[in-house]
Amino acid sequence: MNFLQDGVLKLKDLRVPDKKRMAGGPVAVIECVQEIPCNPCVESCPQQAIHINGDINGIPVLDFERCTGCGLCLAQCPGLAIFLLNQCHKPDCALLGIPYEFIPLPEKGDIVELLDRAGKPCGQGRVFQIRNHKNQDRTPIVFLEVDKALLMTARHFRKMASEK
Amino acid sequence: MTRLTEHPILSFNRGDKLTFYFNGTPMTAFRGETVAAALHANRVFTLSRSVRHHRPRGFFCAIGKCASCMMEVNGIPNVKTCLCPVEEGMQVRSQEGWGIIRDRKSVSADRRRMDIPVTETEIAVVGGGPAGLSAALAASAHGARVMIFDENPVPGGQLIKQTHMFFGSKAQYAKSRGMDIGNLLIRQMNSRVTMETESSVIGFYPGFQLAVLIRGIMHLISPSKIIVATGASENMLAFPNNDLPGVYGAGAVQTLMNVHGILPGKRVLMIGAGNIGVIVAYQLLQAGVDVAAIVEASPRIGAYQVHASKIRRCGVPILTRHTIIEATGKERVEGAVIGKVDDQWQVIPGTHQKIDVDTICLAVGLRPSSELFAQAGCRMVYISELGGDVPWRNKNLETSIQGLFVAGDAAGIEEASSAMLEGRLAGLVAVEQLVGSKPEIRKEKAAVTGALAELRNGPFGEKTRVGESKINKGSGQ
Repeated sequence: MNFLQDGVLKLKDLRVPDKKRMAGGPVAVIECVQEIPCNPCVESCPQQAIHINGDINGIPVLDFERCTGCGLCLAQCPGLAIFLLNQCHKPDCALLGIPYEFIPLPEKGDIVELLDRAGKPCGQGRVFQIRNHKNQDRTPIVFLEVDKALLMTARHFRKMASEK
Repeated sequence: MTRLTEHPILSFNRGDKLTFYFNGTPMTAFRGETVAAALHANRVFTLSRSVRHHRPRGFFCAIGKCASCMMEVNGIPNVKTCLCPVEEGMQVRSQEGWGIIRDRKSVSADRRRMDIPVTETEIAVVGGGPAGLSAALAASAHGARVMIFDENPVPGGQLIKQTHMFFGSKAQYAKSRGMDIGNLLIRQMNSRVTMETESSVIGFYPGFQLAVLIRGIMHLISPSKIIVATGASENMLAFPNNDLPGVYGAGAVQTLMNVHGILPGKRVLMIGAGNIGVIVAYQLLQAGVDVAAIVEASPRIGAYQVHASKIRRCGVPILTRHTIIEATGKERVEGAVIGKVDDQWQVIPGTHQKIDVDTICLAVGLRPSSELFAQAGCRMVYISELGGDVPWRNKNLETSIQGLFVAGDAAGIEEASSAMLEGRLAGLVAVEQLVGSKPEIRKEKAAVTGALAELRNGPFGEKTRVGESKINKGSGQ
């Protein structure tokens, strides 16, 4: 099954930062692999770290070395396809930023069920921070503390089943 | 609760509470709702009965394109209740078959009068969606007097229900939400633009005139140029019980949910994994509605990967190579049966699966609303890549009738971003014909043409490129 058949990106479809960059602090990943006419990410980056080749249909490429992990691009991507990864958040856990357009928004400290790219539960996370500035235009970013091993796996979350 | 009060993107500022009557029973509505939407909120799903077999009929498109929602309103039969704003004390009756005029007095005298007022304008724009609004903006900015006619109670076309951020580039309002783009376009209108809502253009007449029903009163409009941007209608899919109330076009679900804040149902099966199918599925989740699955007969997902990924990580399966076999239920959808298809698109025996849903949403493509061109006598061409019958036109979007332009989905199914650019182009060419060529108009035209070509340059623009080339070659049968 490839993503055209099931809509789920696999790691091999993605350009991800190497181990060294991951050890160097927060960094974004862009999970947008098709040539579609779209470019707001390019303009959103204060470091000019995102480029698309050719015209507006080019696939966005993030220069991981230039990326400072500020996370401004996350809420500007119309496809909600950018995530923020920080492996160095704490010795025992990583920080994962997810664009989240649902209500109710969780609260700081909430334990949530992490979901992978296919919506399958893959662990638990704790809400560390919610960023919801006006310029994000109703696309809040939820930062979750997650197991370091889940940083490349978890891409969504929901309230714990017991709380439903 | 069928009426939403909270939503992650929308805020619902409902108008005054009012009472209307359905078959004599008082019901509650809010000003700004259409009759069809208000009835749905009151859990009335059957609006009429079919002519021959008396089957229940609900609405399907919710934007006045189909005839599925016609009812008797204040004694007048065959009123499209999806376009008709609900009013205090309104008497709404379900319609059996063709509909009859019970009381001739209810059809007021001025609806039958012969002295039809004629209004002159420089440019008439038919349709107040992204293409029509952009056309009016561009033409009026260069001095033209413009009248826009739109069938709906509020202008904006399909933009008003797009809660997601648009793609494209900044110049085409990328990363703005569609509904905000519509408002932005409307706010930019200058005083040379007149907007007539609840107004249907019902015919093109010799002498370059349009017959328009403006809120029930017949008018003749005599423009120098006409830009028709009538958009598109949703395709139907053939399967048993596809006419049951609860089978809706994806756009109808958006109207109900994102314009009126009324939930279409509790659990939905989405048919079609193109952009519209996956986007509306995501919007259903945002409104708190369960989406059982997205079913797609083709082996590949047609939507942008980023849209498909959004819905997948929420746990909604996309079943490629699957189709709907039938809807079940007597008066309303109670479920659906789906099955797997083989390479010849035939259902593989033994793969039937019953899905427990109360709503089936069809997102199986759109068809250009090009009837007005055909009626006007424009040269028409059938081009499958553009979605069906479209008017032939030159690169300036002028049809075979001089001074009559096409823009947006009526010219071929595409995105709102390209519709806005086409609208601008048509508006610029029309005003140029009126006031003569000017450097600033030429410059803007070149910029718009360039932006259109760039939008269509990627793999997702291929269909449009092929369709356009067929028109330029003069072929297309």
